[in-house]
Amino acid sequence: MPSFVIAEKCDGCKGQDKTACQYICPNDLMVLDREKMKAFNQEAEQCWECYNCVKICPQQAIEVRGYADYVPLGGNVIPMRGTDSIMWTVKFRNGNLKRFKFPIRTTAEGSIDPYGGMPEADYSKIKEPGFFNYDARKE
Amino acid sequence: MEKETNTFAHCEKPEVVEVETDLLFIGGGMAACGAAYESSRWGTPKGLKITMIDKAAAERSGSVAMGLSAINTYMGENQVADYVRYVRADLMGIIREDLVFDLGRHVDDSVMLFEEWGLPIWKKGDDGFSLDGHQSRAAGKATLRDGGTPVRSGKWQIMINGESYKPIVAEAAKMALEINREATGVEQNLYERVFITRMLLDANKPNTIAGAVGFSVRENKAYIFKAKAILCVPGGAVNVYRPRSIGEGMGRTWFSVWNAGSGYAMGAQVGAEMTLMENRFVPARFKDGYGPVGAWFLFFKAKATNSLGEDYCANEENIAAAKKKYGKYVDVMGTTIRNHLMMEDMKQGKGPMIMRTHEAMAAMAQGFNEKLGEKEGKKKMKHLEAEAWEDFLDMTIGQVGMWAACNIEPDKVPSEIIPSEPYLLGSHAGCAGFWTSGPGDIDGAPAEWSWGYNRMSTVNGLFMAGDTCGASGHKFSSGSHAEGRIAGKAMVAYILDNADFQPSFKENVDDLVAEIYLPREIYEKYKDYSTSGDVNPNFIKPDMYQKRLMKIMDEYVAGVGTMFTTSKTLIEEGLKKLDLLREDASRLAASDLHELLRCWENYHRLMTAEAHARHILFREETRYPGYYYRADHDYIDDENWKCFTNSRRDPETGEWEHKKVPYVQLFD
Repeated sequence: MPSFVIAEKCDGCKGQDKTACQYICPNDLMVLDREKMKAFNQEAEQCWECYNCVKICPQQAIEVRGYADYVPLGGNVIPMRGTDSIMWTVKFRNGNLKRFKFPIRTTAEGSIDPYGGMPEADYSKIKEPGFFNYDARKE
Repeated sequence: MEKETNTFAHCEKPEVVEVETDLLFIGGGMAACGAAYESSRWGTPKGLKITMIDKAAAERSGSVAMGLSAINTYMGENQVADYVRYVRADLMGIIREDLVFDLGRHVDDSVMLFEEWGLPIWKKGDDGFSLDGHQSRAAGKATLRDGGTPVRSGKWQIMINGESYKPIVAEAAKMALEINREATGVEQNLYERVFITRMLLDANKPNTIAGAVGFSVRENKAYIFKAKAILCVPGGAVNVYRPRSIGEGMGRTWFSVWNAGSGYAMGAQVGAEMTLMENRFVPARFKDGYGPVGAWFLFFKAKATNSLGEDYCANEENIAAAKKKYGKYVDVMGTTIRNHLMMEDMKQGKGPMIMRTHEAMAAMAQGFNEKLGEKEGKKKMKHLEAEAWEDFLDMTIGQVGMWAACNIEPDKVPSEIIPSEPYLLGSHAGCAGFWTSGPGDIDGAPAEWSWGYNRMSTVNGLFMAGDTCGASGHKFSSGSHAEGRIAGKAMVAYILDNADFQPSFKENVDDLVAEIYLPREIYEKYKDYSTSGDVNPNFIKPDMYQKRLMKIMDEYVAGVGTMFTTSKTLIEEGLKKLDLLREDASRLAASDLHELLRCWENYHRLMTAEAHARHILFREETRYPGYYYRADHDYIDDENWKCFTNSRRDPETGEWEHKKVPYVQLFD
């Protein structure tokens, strides 16, 4: 399901050096047309429909249209990702709608303290099983 | 054809950035993030520099980029030895049990950390029903570390709300890297949008890794990294084979489409020994959308049948025929055999194959109504329906899109399932990869399975984990993270033991940079010869290069086109075509940096494909029916082939050598 950019909504992330969709796409697909100041998916057949560009777009300018080689037209799946949950709206070809809300995170973004309250590494054990904070199970 | 060289006469010469580091991670997925987290704790107090290179943005890179709805490897109340038995059975009797046991005894800590970092994990409620990650927290349920009870979808799997799984894991890794960066005073130690094209051996110390080179996909910059130890973890290999969908749907692969086999290719190029590269995974999934079936089978207890309503795994005639060829392995009814029996029914015209999702949901609704009464039962069913949709929305959103476009609601109508095209990987239900040193403390493991540093390949200082560490599948996301941690710790030990090692290359920097940008030079040199940017007798563009590779692999090396069947004669013909394709790599052409990325990715796919084909040729039996068939040896031959099949490509000559390595059973 390749992502596409709705021309009217995209503002090219206001001419910053890279757009949000460019930053996030795991497959280097999103590019900014600097003349039009609009982003686009440059290689639709390499799109995994991971929706990361859709979720990150500050203008909600990106959606996904089903792979034309096997998906009929008319359906749509739209996420709205918040800080602790995500809302999904699924529109069926026959017009039916389903809405879901799922948790995504129990802590604030950026709040991870990776080693807080944890032991230092014990170098006498560097060649033994176990992690710096965890003894390997024995059974 | 005349050999081309890059003198930068036609394309712009890049800025060259040289970086010296102690630890280098190639990749930014679960294994690399695990390595960053663990190694920073061990390496930072010793002043070691740690560097991670990701071709994408670590926040959403690797196979977990979209999210996941389950963590498939969590020991919890189970015995680690039983995990070894399960992995061995599913991978047809040949695994490195020392590696698998080692993974099992470590993995739970990674899962507990994920929860502490913020990953919502389902817990069992007081009424026996499941609570999602937010409900369980509101209900005051204990964390996994404090003994909380997760919701099992299978013996080893637990359910999560995993939309943000990767951002959470990457955040911890980035924090760990930042702690290291501040302590060591380097300017930068996380390089995103940098693609590594090859690794380099040391000029003085034989068979020892010394660094890696690559380029920025965003600006005209080449990178030369000198490193004392490298963890090579860029994932498995996808789209090496012609996929079932060849239009836009080519992107809708089951495994992440950006996995280009770079780890297999780059490790083979420096002469690291590979193992079981004939292994592959052919996932039977919902047709076209490739949505997950695990939760439907294990959690919702759905049945899969042929179109006549018959359970293809219970066809006595086909089972008897399979037993004649594959013996006792059929009894286990693991992933390969279930695939095999599905394919047998398909060949007998009993398709399409069907996942009976509607019947499973009806059975569950009936159970709820009987147990709770109609009103409460209905409420629970609504919750369950949302759980079923979440399974897809967390990890395969396109499946939902396809169902929506086809007016399919799985609780009302069944859906087609099908065996997909082949994938190469070492972390899921497959075990292709490199031969690595084990932990060395597992009873009964041969001494030669351990050469000092856990997860080190046969090249000094070069470590593997996740998809690149072979003969040890079923790690999945959590296991890949834990294995990255095991390797990261061992890398620190290796560097501390070799404190006076100063990596150096025999290649000179100018030549290395010229090689990276050759496809740009070729494009610029010849682009005006024809009026088309793509059709030009002087070069081949990366998309056609990939399609040529896919066609060869599909037709000669057991793709979907031959129903996963090949033979000695077919592979030998395929290898000749791969030879020509490799020669043509020197005429790959890139019109921009994005295409330069695709050129190198597809070159890596080619190298991976060659290793796979050569391994299938070497193993003269059908060890993995349902994944591939050697039609000229369509049986399992334990007497001659219950062994590891290892290979090495000589980095000087490019010649491959193959050998058998005895399998040793460590657990009864």
